Amino acid sequence: MSILKDQNRFKDIIRGKIKDNFKKYVTHGEMIGKREKEYVKIPVPSVDIPRFKYGKKQQGGVGQGQGQPGDSVDGPGEPGKGEAGDKPGEHNLEVEVTMEELADILGEALELPRIEPKGNNNIDVQKNKYTSRNFVGPDSLRMFKSSYKEALKRSIACGDYDPDNPVIVPIRRDMRFLSSKPVKKPQTKAVVIYMMDVSGSMGEEQKEIVRLESFWINTWLTKNYKGLETRFIIHDAAAREVDEKTFFSTSESGGTLISSAYKYCKKIIDQDYPLNEWNIYPFHFSDGDNWSGDDTRFCINLLKEFFLPNVNMFGYGQVESKYGSGQFYRDLEKQLPNDERIVLSRIESKDKIIDSIKDFLGKGK
Amino acid sequence: MGNLTPELEAERKKICKIAAEAGLDFFDTIFELVSYKELNAVAARGGFPVRYPHWKFGMEYEKLSKGYEFGLSKIYELVINTDPCYAYLMEGNEFIDQKLVMAHVFGHCDFFKNNMWFSKTNRKMVDAMANHATRVRRYVDRYGVDTVEDFIDKCLSLENLIDRYAPYTSSAQVVEKVNAVNGLNLPVEDSKKFTVNKEYMESFINPVGSSSQRESQPRIETAPSFPAKPEKDILLFLMHNAPLEEWQQDVLSIIREESYYFVPQGMTKIMNEGWASYWHSKLMTEKIMDDSEIIDFADRHSGTMAMAPGGFNPYKIGIELMRNIEERWNKGQHGLEWAECKDLDAKKNWNTKAGKGREKIFQVRRDYNDVTFIDEFLTEEFCVENKLFVYQFNKQKNKFEINTRDFPLIKKQLLFQLTNFGQPIINVVDANFENRGELLLAHLFEGVELQPDYMYETLKNLQYIWKRPVNIATVMDNEGRFFRFDGKEVSSIAFNDLPKNESA
Repeated sequence: MSILKDQNRFKDIIRGKIKDNFKKYVTHGEMIGKREKEYVKIPVPSVDIPRFKYGKKQQGGVGQGQGQPGDSVDGPGEPGKGEAGDKPGEHNLEVEVTMEELADILGEALELPRIEPKGNNNIDVQKNKYTSRNFVGPDSLRMFKSSYKEALKRSIACGDYDPDNPVIVPIRRDMRFLSSKPVKKPQTKAVVIYMMDVSGSMGEEQKEIVRLESFWINTWLTKNYKGLETRFIIHDAAAREVDEKTFFSTSESGGTLISSAYKYCKKIIDQDYPLNEWNIYPFHFSDGDNWSGDDTRFCINLLKEFFLPNVNMFGYGQVESKYGSGQFYRDLEKQLPNDERIVLSRIESKDKIIDSIKDFLGKGK
Repeated sequence: MGNLTPELEAERKKICKIAAEAGLDFFDTIFELVSYKELNAVAARGGFPVRYPHWKFGMEYEKLSKGYEFGLSKIYELVINTDPCYAYLMEGNEFIDQKLVMAHVFGHCDFFKNNMWFSKTNRKMVDAMANHATRVRRYVDRYGVDTVEDFIDKCLSLENLIDRYAPYTSSAQVVEKVNAVNGLNLPVEDSKKFTVNKEYMESFINPVGSSSQRESQPRIETAPSFPAKPEKDILLFLMHNAPLEEWQQDVLSIIREESYYFVPQGMTKIMNEGWASYWHSKLMTEKIMDDSEIIDFADRHSGTMAMAPGGFNPYKIGIELMRNIEERWNKGQHGLEWAECKDLDAKKNWNTKAGKGREKIFQVRRDYNDVTFIDEFLTEEFCVENKLFVYQFNKQKNKFEINTRDFPLIKKQLLFQLTNFGQPIINVVDANFENRGELLLAHLFEGVELQPDYMYETLKNLQYIWKRPVNIATVMDNEGRFFRFDGKEVSSIAFNDLPKNESA
């Protein structure tokens, strides 16, 4: 149908609009709130065709129903009338975009390279696919249409079929059932481990930045790896694993021992993610204020010996805050110069999120 | 003829016969059974199977598909005003739905054929639309989809700036316009044109911009006052006078022609739906249905007639007014004597047993459009009975609320909404404004201001076509103002603030 061309054209226009305004969306927290598993809702500026027309609010109209003067009514263009698109304020259209599309747009807007999965970690997964037909099977898998067709064929062949009284009585032999076939599929597995410093110096704004950034990192990685797993670790002087909600809502206080998080992260990897099967992406967000130089040295050792040789990429994002010294960034920079496997990024404010995402994902790892 | 199942075909024949016996007079009507996807696709293109490629149809399709798939809305009937009429039935609708739709469609077809406002309509519009599509596709191939689509966007933005009554007036000047509607024949000597048998082939055999036409096309000198009098058909004015390339001129003519095609539909929405609903209800309940179907019918019918609180349903108002007219003329409740009767009781029980109701509504469906229909037949009794009211926007409460149930005000509001289709009346008044080749439009202010954000964007599109700066004189925030777009920014100046030496 040629309408599909028009429809794709429309979708392209919307995508174009989203891309044009992408920077704005990246820093829009509300969008993430509207995430519904596979879709996000994005407010798109006008896709209407402008005309000289009366302002709806000025015009008023004629309605029908109960009520006294002064009672409020729904106004024009409410459901039931079937004439979509003349509601006041309609030009802020909200479109649903799949996460997949959003990732594409992200990729295009930031010119992100596709990720090359770590070598030799493709493993076969066996899955049952229900694609074939069989003569036997449970009733729950009976194929109604096929069974009906078989019965119809049989009754026509036998001469029982009467077009004026088209009653078909299927017998056992007519039944068809869906049956499964095992298929092997190569699958790449990936896990993202987010670590966040929740010491007193990380305020609401800093957390919001981490939240937005991790949303976009997730979006991109999910596109590249089906079935992406995420784990969350928060730490101050001690580290613990939490769920996503807690990750973004906890505020603790106290000192900062970054090594506690790294140790905990190592523990998770050792326990759950065999290194040869998994693509591993640890990300650490902090304001860069570590307790002591000793601890920092310990962290760097851990990075050198365990993380860097084994993970795809280690991301360290430093969120600027009033209280943080930002020393950790400088230490990493000094100790691990020109190491491709660790990506450092400074996020001064919400507006810099987009650059930071590019820092992290721009290498195609 | 169509692809109906034997059962539906039998039903179609039966209903067609019943409708004809009831006095309906229609073109041949071809029913097609289509899937919901096809139906949505056709509906998205305004009822036509082939239209020029444009994203707005895609947007409409997306809306309709989502509405259907989520179970929010469903299209029951779709009928195109052509000869023969094409109507669509949706696969998988219940049998009673299909019957109801058929009965309803015959009502529409009768209306299309007999209402005088449809008398100027091109009845081969399906072909014309398909030709337009071919032309636009050719331009897309030549100039690229973005260029062409972008230009179509700009034309569509001005689509409502036509003279809706032009096809019905008969002054010589307008005849030329009507010709132009049917394929852009700018006035040329006949000898230079090829003979055309089929009207819709005109634009192919004598395409616009062919050398003969170009030579003879009147080059209009930009005189001090041009146009001589305010010109309402702004699209035609632009076609003739804006510095457009040939393909752009052609695209503009396509948009204009299609815009004119949809005018009668908009002009008779209440009557047309009222008429079709009147007949489906009458035929179904009296002739077509059997007893077992009455509940389902009542369910569908009431669904169609439902009014959301504060909404306005043309089906409902239309059918009620039609029935009201029939009853009044049956009982002789019209004329001077009735109007002057002050005794409410006598008025209520007035019955001269005139029995002219049926005859009257047939005459009404022939001669009226929504404006004259409401103007003549909306009575105070009707407004009270149907609980009509006027609502306004209350700025303090940021809500719409009921303003009044006063009959004259209801009527005034309704007529205002219907006159010029609720579109502002805008004329070209000067094509050489301030002697700088700028375009000046004037909005005939009727108490309602234009929506500013839409106005700015539209001005930009107009400027793209006119190339020189464009101006519109209108009222904004209770003050007469000029708005001007010079290609870079929109500026505005109040009439009062104009320097004295300039003409306002």
